[in-house]
Amino acid sequence: MKRWTWPILIAGILILTACGSSSSEDTTQSVGSSYYIENKGSDTLVNLALAWAERYQEEYPDIQISVTGGGSGTGFTALINGTIDIANASRQIKDLEIEQAESAGFEPHEIIVANDAIGVIVNPENPVSELTLDQVSRIYKGEINNWSEVGGEDRPIVRLSRETNSGTHVYFLETVIRLGDEEDTDIFSADTLLLPSSEGIISEVSDNPNAIGYDGLGYITDEVKTVALASKEGRAYILPSAATVIDGTYPVSRSLYMYTRGEPEGIIKNYLEWILSSEAQEIVTELGFVPILD
Amino acid sequence: MKRSEKIITNSVKIAGSSSILFILLIFVFLVREGLPALSEVSLKDLFSVRWYPIEDLFGLLPLISGSLVVTFTSILIALPLGIGTAIYIGEIAPKNVKEILKPTVEIMAGIPSVVLGFIGIQALSPFLREFFNLPTGLTALSGSILLAMIAIPSIVSIAEDALYAVPNSYRDASYALGATQWQTIWGVVLPAARNGLLTAVMLGIGRSLGETMAVMMVTGNAATTFSGLKSVIMPVRTMTATIASEMGEVASGSVHYHVLFFIGIILFIFSLIINISSSTVQGKSKQERGQVIS
Repeated sequence: MKRWTWPILIAGILILTACGSSSSEDTTQSVGSSYYIENKGSDTLVNLALAWAERYQEEYPDIQISVTGGGSGTGFTALINGTIDIANASRQIKDLEIEQAESAGFEPHEIIVANDAIGVIVNPENPVSELTLDQVSRIYKGEINNWSEVGGEDRPIVRLSRETNSGTHVYFLETVIRLGDEEDTDIFSADTLLLPSSEGIISEVSDNPNAIGYDGLGYITDEVKTVALASKEGRAYILPSAATVIDGTYPVSRSLYMYTRGEPEGIIKNYLEWILSSEAQEIVTELGFVPILD
Repeated sequence: MKRSEKIITNSVKIAGSSSILFILLIFVFLVREGLPALSEVSLKDLFSVRWYPIEDLFGLLPLISGSLVVTFTSILIALPLGIGTAIYIGEIAPKNVKEILKPTVEIMAGIPSVVLGFIGIQALSPFLREFFNLPTGLTALSGSILLAMIAIPSIVSIAEDALYAVPNSYRDASYALGATQWQTIWGVVLPAARNGLLTAVMLGIGRSLGETMAVMMVTGNAATTFSGLKSVIMPVRTMTATIASEMGEVASGSVHYHVLFFIGIILFIFSLIINISSSTVQGKSKQERGQVIS
């Protein structure tokens, strides 16, 4: 009897895989004349880009869109190397990257696809709920090292950040740590923990009462507490939301971008135009980002 | 008959020498991509203490010390546990216990390091933070413990083979002289198996030095400067984690790209030193043993 178990198992697997492959053949045949759009870059944008891609593919089944993350820098590198059609970015393209694109034979074309606020987050147990931008800057520069210096408990501050390939990291460095001053050369304190993902930051902040972190509004969950920020001492402390980003009172908001190799044409142009439509911008709101206004 | 034998001999020969070819090719590639770093960044800057590549700060010291701290702490944990397990399995355990223990250790070797890293984030690091009252649990120690778990199975299986290779006549002779089981293990079996045990340790060190994923998830990746014993409970950034998290973003041919390959060269040299030192120690002990036996 035992001799028969293996052949039966193998036969079973073969039948199963045969079913699997035949059904997948069906799907590829139904989109026989399909078009393929490769979309890669910012981890901030990846969920939104996925949601857009899914909805668009429902409406236009002959178009396939693949979306991957990796960071804004990764997306630009892939665009320059010619492996993708659209690069997602949570920061603008750098001069160096434009030069590289030009030597690769194209002019990067930019469109703004959504807006995003960056929230500063702490553990729910932390009594601190308001900070000025200057205080956040000094915390991340390593000048403030204990929560008691900003009105909290006597606890050491553990600074969390995304890795340096993240557009959010670069934006935070320029807008918060350097307070928008281009001459400023201050950088993150060397003991800032650089975590590879947004989820890593949320999980450490929700678990560790010493931690401070920052992340795009779309990624902040109920497990952490968002801090209200004031642009200067004496100004009002504002919590990030779609409304405070649109009326400009929340000080740390930015645009999210998509880049193509030169002027977009054909299906890519159609897709990008659809993203700017009110239907696609509704998805932006659903996912916790801020829609662009015409 | 003869001809087929010739074909087989030759293909085995090619397979055998291919690894040398691969190593050579890898080394040539590393040197070609990594050495330009020496002319683009001064040695003084390379061996400084600040790593922040997006502002052209390429100090490698914190990365090197980070890797060394994590590796040596992990070996300190894995060595007694690994050799102890091997002695128990090989010398002491009754047959039925041995039959359960050995495959269990082998299953441990099959756990993907990402899974270990996930356990590290969710369970180990919060535990360490509370137990040692640290600012954060994402430290070199968390990484070392995970690395020890990764290194232990290979240490155990090689050490156990080494103990198995010690002829039973050695043990019989020892017992005949009236030695206890412990005296036999400590005074006769372990010294006789010294070569194999050393290989096990060296393999463990190599495994720890090269492991990336688990380390990247739990050590916090902060490029902090070495500060003695305290570094064990501080966040650190290892060389492997740096390459893994930054390689995707760099434009090929940039200074940052060359420095990352230069880190690859340093890692290569480290593992070369480990291998050479293990083989010279082995050679020596072989000579000594030869004299004793003759």
